[in-house]
Parts: sequence; C-alpha cells; structure tokens
Amino acid sequence: MSPAPVKEKKPVIKDDSMWLQKELISRNYHELAAAHTQGKKISATFVPGNLNELLMCFDFVRRLPETDALQSGLRKKSGKMIMDAERDGHSEDVCTYVKTDLGMMLQGETGPTGEPMPRPDVLLLSYTGCFTFMKWFELVRQKYDCETVMLHVPYQGDGRISPAMRDYVVKQLREKVIPTLERVSGVKFDIDRLRQYLKESQKAEEDLVQVLQSAKRRPSPIDGYFGAVYYIGPIFTAFRGDPEATRYYQLLRKEIEERIQAGKGPVTPEGDHPGEKYRLVVEGPPNWTSFRDFWKMFYDEGAVVVASTYSKVGGVYDFGFRHDASRPLESLAEYCLGCYTNLNFPQRIDMICRYLDEYQADGLLINSIKSCNSFSAGQLLILREVEKRTGKPAAFIESDLVDPRYFSAANIKNRLESYFQMIKQKRMAAAA
Amino acid sequence: MKTFIGIDLGSTTTKAVVMDERQRVLGHGITNSRSNYDTAAAIAKQEALISSRFFLFRKRLEEEGALQSGLPPFLAQLERDFRLEQYLEQLADLEQVCARNVATAKFGDAAAGVSSALCRLFQLLKSEAAALFAPGAKRKSDFFRDVAGAQYLALGEPVAKDAGVRYDQLLNVFDRSIIEVENRVYGESTSRHLLAALERTYQALPETLAHREKISSPIRSVLDTPLDETYVIGTGYGRARLPFSKEHVRSEILCHGLGAHVMYPGTATVLDIGGQDTKAIQVDPHGIVESFQMNDRCAAGCGRYLGYIADEMNMGLHELGPLAMKATKTVRINSTCTVFAGAELRDRLSLGEKREDIMAGLHRAIILRAMSILARSGGIRNEFTFTGGVAKNEAAVKALTDLVRENYGEMTLNINPDSIYTGALGAATFAWRAVEEEGKSAEHREKEKVAA
Repeated sequence: MSPAPVKEKKPVIKDDSMWLQKELISRNYHELAAAHTQGKKISATFVPGNLNELLMCFDFVRRLPETDALQSGLRKKSGKMIMDAERDGHSEDVCTYVKTDLGMMLQGETGPTGEPMPRPDVLLLSYTGCFTFMKWFELVRQKYDCETVMLHVPYQGDGRISPAMRDYVVKQLREKVIPTLERVSGVKFDIDRLRQYLKESQKAEEDLVQVLQSAKRRPSPIDGYFGAVYYIGPIFTAFRGDPEATRYYQLLRKEIEERIQAGKGPVTPEGDHPGEKYRLVVEGPPNWTSFRDFWKMFYDEGAVVVASTYSKVGGVYDFGFRHDASRPLESLAEYCLGCYTNLNFPQRIDMICRYLDEYQADGLLINSIKSCNSFSAGQLLILREVEKRTGKPAAFIESDLVDPRYFSAANIKNRLESYFQMIKQKRMAAAA
Repeated sequence: MKTFIGIDLGSTTTKAVVMDERQRVLGHGITNSRSNYDTAAAIAKQEALISSRFFLFRKRLEEEGALQSGLPPFLAQLERDFRLEQYLEQLADLEQVCARNVATAKFGDAAAGVSSALCRLFQLLKSEAAALFAPGAKRKSDFFRDVAGAQYLALGEPVAKDAGVRYDQLLNVFDRSIIEVENRVYGESTSRHLLAALERTYQALPETLAHREKISSPIRSVLDTPLDETYVIGTGYGRARLPFSKEHVRSEILCHGLGAHVMYPGTATVLDIGGQDTKAIQVDPHGIVESFQMNDRCAAGCGRYLGYIADEMNMGLHELGPLAMKATKTVRINSTCTVFAGAELRDRLSLGEKREDIMAGLHRAIILRAMSILARSGGIRNEFTFTGGVAKNEAAVKALTDLVRENYGEMTLNINPDSIYTGALGAATFAWRAVEEEGKSAEHREKEKVAA
C-alpha cells in the first residue's frame, strides 16, 4: 500500500467578518470560563427558538450546548467525548451532540477552546421540534441539579401559527419563564431593555436576509450552506440582540456587496471559488468533524450551495419574519414557533421547492444525519416529493454531526461526483 | 483503427472494454486489482486489446473463408496457445526474480539447497505448463498469481522433500517474488507471443497447415493494424488513482446506468452488486441516470460478504451458489453484517441446519438488503437489469427473482453473461460519445449554457 499523501498545511483565507466572528466566539468562551469567579450567572439553552434577547435582560452569560458540541467537532475533539459517553452507558444511536456534551462533562468540563466550562445556573428548555432536547437537559439537570425552566412551543402540525399558539407561548413567558429567570439571576425584568435588544436583532436579521438572498445571483457571491454556517453563527447563538452582532452583519453585508461588485463567487478556505458549475439546495446539517474535506468535495467540482434549510434552524427570516420591539413577547413567541425545526413536513417540502425555483438551483441534496432521529426520518419522502414536483434531480448522502466514525469520505465523494455528473448529463441531454 | 476504451477499476477486479467506431464491442479484459490500480488498469486494458485482436482475427478469417467450420476450434486453440506463451514468459520472469530473492533471503547455509530446489521446481512448472492450457483443462482462475501459485504450491512440496530443504522457505521465495512479477506489464510481447502461438497451433492442428498462407496473412495484417487508443474513460472505485485527467473519469454509477442501457435498451432500473458496493440506479430511456442509492460506508451484503462466508465454510466463492441451489428450505438469516453473519452461520450449523439451507438463507439476506436499497432509489421498474459480480451467482439470482415477483409482480429481469463488464462498457460508450458525438465541445457547450 502506498503511504497516505502528506497533507500540506495551507493558510486559511478569512474575511474581516470572519475574524470578528472568531473574536466574538472566543470572547464568549472566556466570559463563560470566568463567569462564576466574577459573580455572573450562566444560562444554557438550545439554538432553535433560543430566547437570547430575553436571557440578556437578566445578565446571563449564555451557553449553547449544541454549538459547544459542534465547536468540539470542528476541533476534532468530539470523537473521544462520544466514546466516553458510550462507555458511560449511552447507546450508539443517541444523538452525537448529546454524547459530545456528556463526554465533555466526563472529561472534566473543559470546553472546545480548552478553557473551563462551568456548570450552568439555569437550563432554559425551549425546545422546538426535537424531543431529544428534553432528555438532554434531563441528563444535565441530573448531573448539576440546576434550575430548569421549560417553555413548551407547540409544533406547527397544521402548517400555521394560530393566535392561540402564540398566546400560549406568551403566557408561559410571562408566568413561568420570566419569573424563574428573575429569581435565578436576581435581576428584575425590564421590558424596555428587551425592546432595545430586539431592535438590534431586527437590524441584524435584515442584513442576514440580504446576504443569504444574494445567492439568487449568478454567479452566487456566497455559499448558502458552507459559508452560511458561518454567517448564521452570531445570530443563532449567544449574540443576537447584541450591538456587536449587528455590527458583524453590517460588515458581512458590505463584504458580500463588494464581492457582487467584483463579480466574485463565494469565498472558500482556499480562496475564491473556482467557478460555479452546479447550483444546489441542501437539506440537513453539515458534518462538522470533516467539515473542510466535505466542503472541498463541493468547490473542487464547481458546486455552490445557493440555499439550505440548515441555515434556517435558528430562525426563518427570509419569508418576512422579524423580531419586533413594539410587540416584544409576541414576536419572541412567533420566532420560536417559526423555526425550521418546528415546521411540519409539507412546509419543509414547500420551502425546499420554493428555494429550488427562486434560486434557480439544479437540484436538491440531502445530507442525512445518522444519529438524528428527529430530522432524518422522512427525508427520503421529502426527496421523492421534491423530485416529483420540480422535476429536478435529487441525491442522498449520509454522515453525522460530530461522530467521526460516521464520515466515509470515499463513499460520500463517490455519491457527490455521481450526482454532479448526473446533473451535467441531464443538462447536456436537454441542450441536445 | 480508432478504438474507445472503458476501464472499470473495481475493488476486487479491474475490467476493460474496447469499442470501435461503430460502437461494436471488440474485446474485454479482466485482471485482479491487486491493490495496485495503475498496473491493474494497464493489464486490463492490454487484455482487452488482445481480446480485440482475436475478435478481429475471427472477422477477417470469416471473410477469407479459410477454415469454414474449422474456424472456432482453430481460434480456441490459438487462444490457448497464446495464453501458454504468456504464461511461459511470466514463469521465466518469476524464475529469475525468485533466483534473485534467494540470494537476499538470508537463508544462510540453506541458500544453495533452496536454489537447486527452485531450479528443479521451475523445470517441473515449465513441463506442466502445456497441460494447464490443454483443451478442456479447467482453471479456477485465469490470473497468473492464482494459476502459477497453485502449481507452485502443489509441485513445491515433493520437490522440497526430495531436495531436503524446508517447504516454507520455497513458499517464502514465491511470496516475495510474485508481487513484482504480477505488477509487470508485458505489452511489448503481444505480437511475438501471437506469432509463436500460431506455430504451436499449426502443430496441434496439422490439418490446418494446408491453409497456412490463407490463415497467416490476414492474422499478420490484423497484427500490423495499430489499435489507436482514441479516447479512454476510467471509472470504478479506484478511478481517482487513474493517471487520467478529470475529463477522462466518470462515476461508476453513470457508467453502470449507461452500460446496462447499452446491453438492454429497455432497462429502467439497474441493480449492481459488486465487491463492496450495492447500487440501485434508475435510468431514463436514453440511459441517463435519474436517481440512485447505494450502501453507506458499511459493505454489508455486498460481494465481500460472500467471500467471507466462503472462507468461513472453507469453500471457493464460486461453489456457494451451486450449494445454495441444493437447498430444500431457506434458513432465516437476520444479519447482512459480515461479522454477525459469521456468528449466525456457526450458530445455525450448531443447531443442526444443513449447509445448503443456510446458504440459501444467506443469499436471500443479501438480496433483501439490495431490495431495501432499491426501494429507497424509487423501486423496481420494468425492465430490470442485474449486474456486477454477484449477478453470476445463480442462488442470488434466484432469490432476487423470487423477491421481485413477491414485491413488484412479473418483470423482465435481464442478466448478461458479461455483466461484470457493465461499468467498463458504459465507460467505453462515454469515450465513444465524447469523440463521435461531442468532440471536444462537450465542456464548451456546457460553459456556454451556464453563461446564458
């Protein structure tokens, strides 16, 4: 056997906005590490439907266990954490975000950046769509015995948000969530402070939508999946409502506008995209442990993802929703109810079909996550239905969020190349 | 003349197909992939070119009308003699390499004894060679490693005993030498071997001597016609290792889809079960892939599974199917995981189930897994074409036929005896299309379209 090729370490190309984001993230991990010694309280909550602006009103330093897990995955630390959690009794089928978090605790509570990850003081369980979230926080609560407050967000079973659903969420915010957060933090709730944060959110949301929709252009100046996971970073996590995040989105929008002016395609870790040959819509999260390799399989073949559903898991903004300072609690409720993870099947299918059309995409690619029981179920049905409705080819690959054992590079590359060649062949047949 | 070549680098074997300007298949070639894809590709291609020469001989001799009904036996003899010539050259090569390796093997005092035993052994190998390629002789494999290896093992033991050297030292020399020899490409020797083989054939079939000139001159003229490699397309598991540019590489899914369409133009669904992949492909009436599904990184239920089971049962891979056909019932096997199936196999044996009934169950288990992948790809549509190495296994075919009827009703099931070459055929067709239909404008045309 020939030896594995020696990998050359190339410098990664980063724009200013990316440096700013990096700074935001590492500052957040610093703050978390120092929180308890500085007398600050820590909250933990999940990305889809997170109430970041509300938590900011109580001066919490904010933790998001999913992003901790994905950051550990990106840094290739999750494999060991997952195996530790399995040795502790968690099955191979359990969500690997959960196992990475549990493994992190077992390994001595060190976060992805190597700094200590102190225990949370409150768990805000505002889960949308994914029932695993509930079990996850049960385990965390069992370990830390911390205060847990649950916000039940009704699923959009009928494909719409009714006034009763919204009122039900607002009622819980008023009667349960806010009093608990006040008690744990010792800070009195100030609705004007919330309004101020929501104004910031709205500005950032507007800029984000402009950035994501720039992919409707040919060539697209962004990658709506691999690039977008960076773009959604601040707004989906601990920074929405923070003026720093608003500044990030202003800067990002400006950068993208410059790319458009210059007629450039998306930025990749190796510089400018080599040229757009295939435009795709992607459903499902990316794989984090081999993120760069996975991305490379696309841009090497000239593929650009023009829209993705994953970039909507922390909020669907492109169909008009914005946080609204004039209706603070109501708009928080509508935000939770409207996340991608809270949409029903027909809504998800409609959204994908709409993207295929509006972004003039060649087809749909689904990256199905092995350990995600909530969202991988039914993806083949989505695929068939989208194929049927749009007549555009679709393909299916399988990997995992942060379990490196479930990423088979040769197999995925084979499927992707086949898919791209299939699109090309169809295009040639149509032109002939 | 122009030729269009498709090469399919599989995980187990590498296949090549040569096509002419009229899209007529001239020849096939196959070799073991030997974890050296460059050599495997070169050898498969060379084999396919040789088989093309034989095809052209037949055509030319038919035109000449030299041998009439004597033509098929004459060509069969010529091919056997050609194989013998090839084998003898490789054997001579192996002898040299072995001799060199004895010198560096650190056998100490035993070295001289091993050397003389090797001399004796190669004398025997050479004298037995002709029998291997005699009419009706059965070989388990046509790959030099297998043929020479089996002979070396069988003849080596008594030779070692007589010479008073250790048998394992002889084996050691073989193991150290075979890889070098097997990775050598004897491209230059083809014509020489053919001409030498022709002489042998005249001797073997003296009645043909009367037509010597009528036979030899068309053969020479075919040999003098260069077979230009106008365009080569590579595909298969090892395609990234081919010394070709991206332009010359196609995914095996596209190649299998197109190959199946070329073999059976009515094909709508293709199932390919190879060494480590199971693929379900839907194609449109032009052979263009519409959708596909394949197994994930786990090769459960693929050809390798059968290989493993054969090892577990101490049987040859090709004996599994016939054994399963003797079954009177089908033992239920739950696992297509290779490791678990081994355990399940021993479990069933210990419960007293018959080997053939277990084998029938194992074949059904593989096909059940394929059925699930087929369902994921959109189901089976008429006509249904089954390809890949496993399509040669009659028990797998039987299980598939039954399950298709149970789940989808009556269907036309196509299985080509050359189905192992489906991917290479698709690749050769792509090569033909690249030149004859698209010229170099294929890429160009696409660029224009995207820009528009």
